[in-house]
Amino acid sequence: MLKRAPALFSSLIATTTLMFYNGVFAKAGDDSEVGGGLGQLNMPQGVTDVSEAAFEVHMLMMWICTVIGVIVFGFMFYVMYAHRKSRGVEAANFHEHLGVEIAWTVVPALILIGMAIPATSALLKVYDTDNPDIDIKVTGYQWKWQYEHLGAGIKYMSEMRTSQDEIWGREPKGEHYLREVTQPLVIPANKKVRFLITGNDVIHSWWVPDFGVKRDAVPGLFTAAWARVEKPGLYVGECTELCGKGHAFMPVVVEVKEEADYNIWLTEKKEEAAVYASTIGKQWSHAELMEKGEKVYQISCAGCHQPSGDGIAGVFPAVNGSAIVNGPADGHIGILINGVAGSAMQSFADQLSEVDIAAVIHYKRHSWGNNVGDLIQPADVLNFKNAQ
Amino acid sequence: MASEGTYYVPEQSKLPIFCAAAMGVMAFGAASWVIEGGDPFIFLCGLALMTVVMWQWWSLVIDENMQGLADEQLKHSYVLGMLWFIFSEVMFFAAFFGALFYVRFFVNAWIGGEASFGMFDNTPTDAAVANNELLWTGYERQWPVMETPDQAVNGESALFKGPDRSMSLPLWEYPVSQWLSKLYTLLPWLPLWNTVILLTSSFTVHVAHNGLKAGDRAVFLRYLGITVMLGFLFLGLQVAEYYEAYAHYGLTLESGIYGTTFFMLTGFHGAHVTLGTVMLLIQLVRGMKGQFSQDDQFGFEAASWYWHFVDVVWLGLFLVVYIFG
Amino acid sequence: MAHGPAKGLGRWLFTTNHKDIGTLYLLFSFAMFLLGGAFAMIIRAELFQPGMQLIEPEFFIQMTTMHGLVMVFGAIMPAFVGLANWMIPLMIGAPDMALPRMNNLSFWILPFAFAILVSTLFMEGGGPNFGWTFYAPLSTTYAPDSVNYFIFSMHIMGASSIMGSINIIATVMNMRAPGMTYMKMPLFVWTWLITAFLLVAVMPVLAGAVTMMLMDINFGTSFFNAAGGGDPVLFQHVFWFFGHPEVYIIILPAFGVVSQIIPTYSRKPLFGYSSMVYATAAIAFLSFVVWAHHMFTVGMPIAGELYFMYATMLIAVPTGVKVFNWITTMYRGALTYETPMLFSIAFVILFTFGGFTGLMLSVAAADIQYHDTYFVVAHFHYVMVAGAVFSGTAAVYYWLPKWCGRMYDETMGKVQFWVAFIAFNITFMPQHFLGLAGMPRRYSDYGLQFTDWNMVSSVGAFLYGGAQLLLLYNIVRTVKYGQLIDDPKVWEGAIGLEWLVPTPAPYHTFVKPPVIKEGAVGAEEWLIDETPSYASYKTVTDAG
Ligand code: HEA
Ligand code: HEA
Ligand code: HEC
Ligand code: CUA
Ligand SMILES: [Cu+2]
Repeated sequence: MLKRAPALFSSLIATTTLMFYNGVFAKAGDDSEVGGGLGQLNMPQGVTDVSEAAFEVHMLMMWICTVIGVIVFGFMFYVMYAHRKSRGVEAANFHEHLGVEIAWTVVPALILIGMAIPATSALLKVYDTDNPDIDIKVTGYQWKWQYEHLGAGIKYMSEMRTSQDEIWGREPKGEHYLREVTQPLVIPANKKVRFLITGNDVIHSWWVPDFGVKRDAVPGLFTAAWARVEKPGLYVGECTELCGKGHAFMPVVVEVKEEADYNIWLTEKKEEAAVYASTIGKQWSHAELMEKGEKVYQISCAGCHQPSGDGIAGVFPAVNGSAIVNGPADGHIGILINGVAGSAMQSFADQLSEVDIAAVIHYKRHSWGNNVGDLIQPADVLNFKNAQ
Repeated sequence: MASEGTYYVPEQSKLPIFCAAAMGVMAFGAASWVIEGGDPFIFLCGLALMTVVMWQWWSLVIDENMQGLADEQLKHSYVLGMLWFIFSEVMFFAAFFGALFYVRFFVNAWIGGEASFGMFDNTPTDAAVANNELLWTGYERQWPVMETPDQAVNGESALFKGPDRSMSLPLWEYPVSQWLSKLYTLLPWLPLWNTVILLTSSFTVHVAHNGLKAGDRAVFLRYLGITVMLGFLFLGLQVAEYYEAYAHYGLTLESGIYGTTFFMLTGFHGAHVTLGTVMLLIQLVRGMKGQFSQDDQFGFEAASWYWHFVDVVWLGLFLVVYIFG
Repeated sequence: MAHGPAKGLGRWLFTTNHKDIGTLYLLFSFAMFLLGGAFAMIIRAELFQPGMQLIEPEFFIQMTTMHGLVMVFGAIMPAFVGLANWMIPLMIGAPDMALPRMNNLSFWILPFAFAILVSTLFMEGGGPNFGWTFYAPLSTTYAPDSVNYFIFSMHIMGASSIMGSINIIATVMNMRAPGMTYMKMPLFVWTWLITAFLLVAVMPVLAGAVTMMLMDINFGTSFFNAAGGGDPVLFQHVFWFFGHPEVYIIILPAFGVVSQIIPTYSRKPLFGYSSMVYATAAIAFLSFVVWAHHMFTVGMPIAGELYFMYATMLIAVPTGVKVFNWITTMYRGALTYETPMLFSIAFVILFTFGGFTGLMLSVAAADIQYHDTYFVVAHFHYVMVAGAVFSGTAAVYYWLPKWCGRMYDETMGKVQFWVAFIAFNITFMPQHFLGLAGMPRRYSDYGLQFTDWNMVSSVGAFLYGGAQLLLLYNIVRTVKYGQLIDDPKVWEGAIGLEWLVPTPAPYHTFVKPPVIKEGAVGAEEWLIDETPSYASYKTVTDAG
């Protein structure tokens, strides 16, 4: 069997390569269904100009490489077969030929120039961010996204909804495992939307494959991208820059709505915010605060400080038994509003409403081993903010 | 290429592994030192071991040389070793010069909402505009950065506060007439004197070398001595400058990117001057012991190349940090 | 000087002999390869199924990081330095490396550096958790304290590399036997000379990058902080100015190895020797000016993006020249397929495949879709595993008989090759599909749609791990029980000075340099004019 190794070798290569190309060149589905499984081999074509341009240069490159590969390796396999010593051939002794050397320098160079032209025009599309109809500010947080509709005065957090139980296998995994969020980004169809992307803490990267948009969310600087989507629907993406332990758990979900629906949604969102604002002045009871606080804690804090409140030694301090948590309310509010500079403890002033902040603080002061016994009201938080 | 004789391949030696161990201890010690609440004990142990090893190692090499074991070919290996070492040092500085270049010409513009170079057109990118409108409102492109982006937004409560005064003296901003009248301000300007000192020292070390080659021991020792003194003088002035910066200019490591690049570039240069001065000092001692001859002087030559390298780096610094800073 | 090695442990601790140091490097790198491989096995085991099964996400990232660091800095680079130590003096007719004591120092730094690096895994807060590319601010503001140990261990590792490379440069420039002109040096020597140059040029830049990190973390500077006027992306520029040449540092010596092996089993001189040299130099030069192709998504201005795209594409030209030369060397040769040849042929094919995906990545608009997905992971494992690891394995099979005077078992060698070859493709081919379908890298968990190919990949990885254990077995068996041989030439078609010294290679070779005759490179007639003297001592294996 080993004698026939070369033959085996070539057929193996041939099958692997065939498998690869058969799969990849099969036309990818153009709807945004989840897809997957063994049949999902190629890049999705996506739904925007940019994603289509990317797809096209991708296919072009793949074809060019295939053709070159077939020629080069075809020749190589022929040599491997025909010029075996076991067939009794004598080795030649030539070792130079200027002509072919020049040819195989120049020809690839020409091919590359041929590739560079479509590659350039595709890239120009990516950078065409001028004259948008709508601006969305996207901010990456450890480990969630915040979306702000610039000019419309709306912003909200978008966090993964999949439960820890599903992740740790204590519950069966749902169909949308790791691909579901509390509140997707909503944008209108047929409008040029510009995304201004930045990071709050570390670098994240905002990727929606179907839009052909992937831009790093660099703290302190913006990057820009754009999309004009015709087809309403849900589009799912990921965070693609390593951003810490929750990197795999901050999906991007975008909901594209018809313009009319989008406008309705906008108004509703604004009203909601107004209603919410009115509850700031209200007096909240212990039970209400505890209930709301627990929810907020599980979503926003438990990732670091752990559901048990005990933190992770050396990385995230325990809030159970912490002097700050059990100390004067202002100290605790201050940490949430301002964060702790230079640490993972970010400022939540922009992420959580006053009600949420009050509730979570109250919850922490009355959970696990903590029992301070006071009531924290949203108004306290508001006063603290105003006093700053 | 090899010559006829046999190349000297040294016997087994205990020095390298102790040297490696010293580096390991120093690395571990330095890390535990910088961590909050750490202390320098382990690092100092490593340093002590390193000093002993280095001392022994160089003594050994000098000994071997005195015994005539080092032939021309081996010496050429040393020459190559030193030259490529200096090249690696050049690349180390290149990283910091590159960083300065990048923040100064690109980042600074982008945060200030401007186009970086405007090679193709001068309209700032969307991202740059957004930087300035949404993140660093009020920051204006400037070099040196006297008011950090942080300050522009947060004012007094900013973490990074720019310096009160910069170290540079931008003469080229003035028309010729004023430029002339500005010249007198140069007199108390320390960096200029440091430049003069280093250039002179490069010259004196060269004279010393010529003296050595001509077999004039007196010239050699005298000028090498002067070089070493100039080295110390430079360091003294540098310390004075740093003192000024911290005490009166508000210029510190923490004062934003200007302080950062200023101290990192001049600081690493200073560290190299220190090393170079020590190297020359050792050569001076060796010279006084009469260890060099007209055609055998590698130790001194290596130190003098290093010195010239340090000098060239300073010229670069003088230009980009002080003059055009 | 002409006596043998010292007895006992001291031989290894205090040695100045290039062969001993080469052996040390090779052993160390193999140990690190197993360690890095073990980390990879943990990664693949966790990714076998969606959901967190075995480890915490935090630990997963530490594994990814350590796997990359250990493989690149601990396994591949030292492996090739080991080969350089063993072979360069033999190939150019030198008695040893130019600076033998410094050579020992370069090696012994590594165990200390890696002890520090690996010990971080046991520290409070865990080890490095920011990827082998350690982007700021994740690696600065948000890193555990152990990052300081990481920084200093990188520093001394870099010092080791720089000293090792200076030694190689000095050896090649200064120690060639009379008549061994530059354009007569075997290609392995050439590729290493150029690699050493790359190392001396970029390791200090890496040192600069970690130094900036150190300052930002502990001393309040703001290199990577926009609030102070710096920029996190600055880190990436500095890192990749080192990082891109680094990947050619990994592959150029591999090119050298393959350029030695293919002519041997083709029984025909290497085709296009001088164009091989120029192509290597061209690749090295280009490697300095393409770094930002790793940063197509950071939002560079379009002019920068276009420039880096074009420059990167250009690298295909000199690399293509190499591939074509190898194939033409085989053309009209008399080919046999011993294990080293099989690995080399697989290298040519799979490396080219990886090169093609590299070229696809270089197209900025398409890279938007590929970047930071498993497509990139697949790309670099094709060039680094099927490239560097395969060629390293080929080199070991090829030179092992010369080193220890014993022949490996050809059947076992072939078995190992086929297991490795097949398992490799099962592991990494599916990662292309995963990447294109949208699976990001450095993910400790993934959506259900990626399950199937991940399972396939994991199974392949375990199999591939098995192939490495087989390699270990083959080596140990050969060194202990392999058939004794004493033919200096070992391989019928082998040409070069290393094949003129006795087998196993004596402890000291070329005490007096040989003199090389005029004649065409790679032809047997040019080899030697004046027989050199070897020390009479043979290695321990033979004596005992
Ligand atoms: C041994 C290491 C090695 C080698 C040799 C290469 C070779 C190449 N690499 Fe690769 N690369 C890596 C290791 C390597 N790479 C690593 C480790 C990463 C990821 C780092 C990280 O993020 O962790 C990476 C990532 C990487 C990226 C960034 C991807 C991303 O993160 O988005 C890019 C983009 O341009 C790229 C391109 C290339 C190119 C164009 C080559 C070229 O040199 C390939 C040239 C070869 C050929 C093209 C084949 C032979 C040629 C012919 C047969 C001639 C005819 C051909 C044509 C004209 C088409 N590589
Ligand atoms: C040359 C370098 C090199 C080599 C050889 C390898 C080898 C392998 N790599 Fe490597 N890999 C990288 C360099 C390399 N890798 C880099 C740079 C990264 C990026 C890191 C980052 O993102 O920061 C990466 C990332 C990376 C990932 C992505 C991780 C992620 O994104 O989260 C994966 C996943 O499958 C992977 C798998 C493998 C496998 C299965 C092997 C196999 O080939 C390994 C085979 C070897 C063995 C399995 C050893 C055999 C021994 C045993 C099995 C027994 C155990 C022994 C003892 C305990 C003594 N690697
Ligand atoms: C990304 C990780 C992360 C998240 C999410 C997070 N924290 Fe923290 N938190 C930290 C870290 C790290 C510290 C330690 C800061 C320091 O002092 O260096 C900290 C400190 C604290 C402290 C001070 C504890 C003490 O005793 O020093 C409190 C109180 C706190 N966090 C509350 C919260 C609340 C409430 C939330 C959710 C709304 C939250 N944190 C979310 C990481 C996080
Ligand atoms: Cu956010 Cu990865
Ligand atoms: Cu690269």
